[in-house]
Parts: sequence; C-alpha cells; structure tokens
Amino acid sequence: MHGFWGRFSKNKSAVLGLFILCLVIFLAAIANWIYPDDPFRLAGKPMSIPGTNGFLLGSDTLGRDVASGIAHGAKTSMLIGLLATVAAVFIGIIFGALAGYYGGIIDDALMRITEIFQTIPSFVFAILLVAIMKPSIESIVIAITVVSWPAVARLVRGEFLSLKTREFVQACHTLGMSDSRIMIREILPNCLSPVIVIGSLMVATAILIESGLAFLGLGDPNIMSWGFQIGAGRTMLRSAWWVCTFPGIAILITVLAINLVGEGLNDAFNPRLRERN
Amino acid sequence: MNRSAKILRYVIRRLIQAIPIILAIIVLNFFLLNMAEGDAVDVLAGEAGSATPEYMAELRAKFGLDQPLPVQLLVYLKNIVSLDLGYSFRHDMPVSILIVDRFWPTLLLMVSTIILAIGFGILLGLLAATNLNTWKDAVISVFALITYATPLFWVGLMMIVVFSINLRWFPTSGMENIAAFYEGFDRFVDITHHLVLPTITLSLFYLALYTRLMRASMLEQYGQDYVVTARAKGLPERRITFGHVLRNALLPVVTMAGVQVGALIGGSVIVESVFAWPGLGMLAFESLFARDLNLLLGIFLISSVLVVVVNLIVDIIYCFLDPRIEIS
Repeated sequence: MHGFWGRFSKNKSAVLGLFILCLVIFLAAIANWIYPDDPFRLAGKPMSIPGTNGFLLGSDTLGRDVASGIAHGAKTSMLIGLLATVAAVFIGIIFGALAGYYGGIIDDALMRITEIFQTIPSFVFAILLVAIMKPSIESIVIAITVVSWPAVARLVRGEFLSLKTREFVQACHTLGMSDSRIMIREILPNCLSPVIVIGSLMVATAILIESGLAFLGLGDPNIMSWGFQIGAGRTMLRSAWWVCTFPGIAILITVLAINLVGEGLNDAFNPRLRERN
Repeated sequence: MNRSAKILRYVIRRLIQAIPIILAIIVLNFFLLNMAEGDAVDVLAGEAGSATPEYMAELRAKFGLDQPLPVQLLVYLKNIVSLDLGYSFRHDMPVSILIVDRFWPTLLLMVSTIILAIGFGILLGLLAATNLNTWKDAVISVFALITYATPLFWVGLMMIVVFSINLRWFPTSGMENIAAFYEGFDRFVDITHHLVLPTITLSLFYLALYTRLMRASMLEQYGQDYVVTARAKGLPERRITFGHVLRNALLPVVTMAGVQVGALIGGSVIVESVFAWPGLGMLAFESLFARDLNLLLGIFLISSVLVVVVNLIVDIIYCFLDPRIEIS
C-alpha cells in the first residue's frame, strides 16, 4: 500500500484534486455548524451584491444566502453522488460477475439487458424516472443508479471473463470451492482496482446528473442543492449574476477534483500503463 | 460474394438485430406508464373538474383500461407500431404530431453540434498529439479537463451573461425573431444567429471528449510498427502524421460519435431549456411542468429509437471507412 501512495503522490494534479475534494467534504461536514439556519430561510436583504449586507457571496431575490446554499448543497451533492455510485457498483458487479463467470445463455441474457439500458439516452431516462416517482432524495438516487450501472457491469464481466480461466481459479475448482465463494472471495478482489477507478469517476457523473435534474426542477424540494440554486437564479440572470455563478463554480471545482483523483487512481493502479506513454 | 452484397446483408442483419431492442424499449415504456400514479382517465376527470365514478368506469372501458395488463400491452404495442404515441391532453393534440413539429429544431441543433465538436475535437487532439508535452499540449489538456467537468446549463447561462447581456452579440433565447417576419436568406441568417450560443454550449462537453480521444488515438497509432517502417524509409514527419497516422486515428472518434448520441439528446434537453430553443428537449421540459406524462414518454421513446438508428448508421459508415472490418 506504501508503493501505491507513492505512485499516487507522484501525480501532482491528482494530489491537488484530492486536496480540493477534502476541502469540499470538509465544507459539507461543517455546513450545519457555520450556517446553522435553514438555507431556504430569508436571511437578509434580497439581491445583495456579494460582500454586502453580511453576505459573502450575495443573496437571491428571496433573500436566501448563496454561500449558505453552497455549503448545504455540498452535503447533498456528496450524499447523492456516493449513494448512487455505491448502488450502481453493487448492481453492476452482480450482473457483470454472473455474466462473465457463467457465460453462455446467462451471459447472453444479462448482456442483452445491459445493452438495452446502455442504448436508452440516460439523462432523458433519469428525468422520466424522477418525474414518475416524484422528486425526492430516494427517487433521484434510484434514477442515477438505474442509468449508471451498465458501465460497471460491462467492465466487471470483462474482468471475470479473463480471470476465470486463470490457474488460481482452476485450483479453487479442484479444491471443491463453491461458485459463489470463488466469485466473491477469489475473483472479485482481483478486479477491484478498475472498479474503484470507474466508481470514482461515476461519483463525478452522478453529481453532474443530480445538478442537471435539480436545475430542471426535479430536485428534492426540501433539500438545498447547487443545481436548484442555479435553476432558481436563472430568471434574474440580468440583475443578479452571482446567484447562478457561484454554485456553478462549486459544481465545476468538485467534479474536476473527483476526475483528477480518478485519473490519479488509474495511473497508480496501472503503473506500467503510465510508463509506456 | 462481392463487397457491396456483403454490406447489404450486414445492414439487413443489423436492422433485424435492432428490432428486439426497440421492442424492449416499448415494453419498458409501457411499464413506466403503468407505474405512474393515475391513468389517462384520472387526468381527463381532473381536467373536467368533476366526474362520477360510473362515467370514469365507462371511459376506462372505452380506452381499454379495464382490460388485463397483457392485453393492454398488446394494444399499446399495436398503437406504437402504427405510430400512435397517445394523446397529450395539455396540448390537445396527438403526441406524434407534437414530436414531429419539434423534431427539426433539435436535429438542426444536434447536427451543428456534432460538426463543431468533432471538427474542433479532431483539430485540438491532433495539435496536442503532434506537440506532445509542450505548452500547447498542456493548455489543450487543461481546457479539455475543465470543460469535461462543467455542467452544461451553467455554461449556457454564463454565455448568456457574457455574450447576450453584456456584449449584446447574440440573442438570449429562441430560434428566430418571429416578429421580424424574415423570409428566405434573411431568415437563414437569423436562425444561424440564434443557433450560435446553444451550439457552442452543447458542443463543449463533446469537444473535450473528442479532443482527449483523438489525442490518445493519435499517440497509440504513433507507437505502431507501420510508423517505424515509414520513419525507416525516410518519410518526412508531416507525411507520416497526415498520410498515415491521422487516417487510422480517426476511426475511434467516429465510433464514439455514435455512442455519444444518447448523451447528446440528454444534453439538448438542458441546453434547449436554457436557451428556449423550440425543440424536443424544450418540449420535454414543458411537459415536466405540465405533468404531461404521455408526451414525456413519447419523447423518451423517440429519442431511444433515434439512438438505435444513429448507431446503425455509424456502423454502416464504419465499414465503408475501414475495409479491414469483418462484416460476415
């Protein structure tokens, strides 16, 4: 593990990404402490320019504090991004492992299903799912999960296909291990590194999808999020540019940081790949 | 068998393969429709203000909503195949007519986006790969990283702030200035003027994607044996890049263009609702607010079919571009 950190820390942009990501997580963690009030509450004079009336990043038409919204929005983005990714990785591993390990008709059937889900335009599908289930944290997480698991399934299937013919797996068969034990205890740990890389990049995509949904008015109405702030601020773009600008920068920085960390993980897991370039 | 006959057979086989996918999408659509609270009769009753239970039961019988689910599914399939996508009670119009009306603006936006994104993506990727590890490469890579992480709707809004509100170069929304009654060439110029900001916004994300892809693809080709051969026989570096490497590096970019069409449709929902571009995405956004589920499902179905069709077209273009590809 020491070698892994050594390889990761050699990549300067990945370390920068990790640093920014830690800051965002820290902001999310202390949001309730620095802005204890409800971010939807009227906090002062509406349409205050950033830096005036006690608003660090200004306020919107209803007098809501933009900075408070960003701090509380960080919680929402991190929560939804992580939950949706964990769920999608879980489903993807099950589909991919069964398809890759058993092959044949099971593989065919599972991969047909995966293919259909990959064909469907994912953002439109997510909109439809949230609209049908009514907007809430649960429905948003479900929708993002449903549109993001196929990528994991394909990746895991490929790994299982190549690993199942290796000698160590054949040795397990000879020892009389059960299929489920071989899959979970023997093959799965060997394909975790690409899964971690794709998972970290999926958190970034999930945050982008969530902000897009909230921007279109499909966010959880009781929870502050960056996309909601931008969607609510767009009508007064002409007179109050800051309401849309700052939450957007928050999304950009967070997603960028996660992507950098993901690429860093990829390089650290595949040192030979990096040296080749 | 000659090659054109082979290609024809390949096309027919791919068409047949696409049928089960489209059927599955229709069935999925049907179940989503049933998952939603309330049915068409509830909507109608709600619109009318009041309805007796007897009248609602009568209406259900009329629409076949009292039938068991498998029968309803068959009726639904039959309707879709005869291009009947249901009725939008909000617009008081069949969904299919609404969709056809709004299809052309979306197609215009998507085609101009694809041309811009692929064109500039190839150019930037080429520049980055031929100037590997110089400041040009670094600038292009940072640009790609940042645009890859930016939410489209935010880029659109910032474009409006800078180019429409402050600089007044481009209009903030819409597809044309209807009040001006432009005709012929003037109308073309007007629409192009309105098209600029939405196209740039929608293409940014894909531009980043194609730039990175093109750069990686060029680098991979530079490592191939035929490049070593070309260098050994003394071919100038320019000829190697433009005569050999570029052509081979283009193939993955073309494939990716097909794969990304689904994402492009999702992006156009966002961009169209930011710029009030009167296409399918804007229609989807309006139907969300009007709670017009029939319309939303219709748009979903059409965009899924569109993805299948575009992938088919890309596959066919692909076998013309690369004669090595097996098409048996």
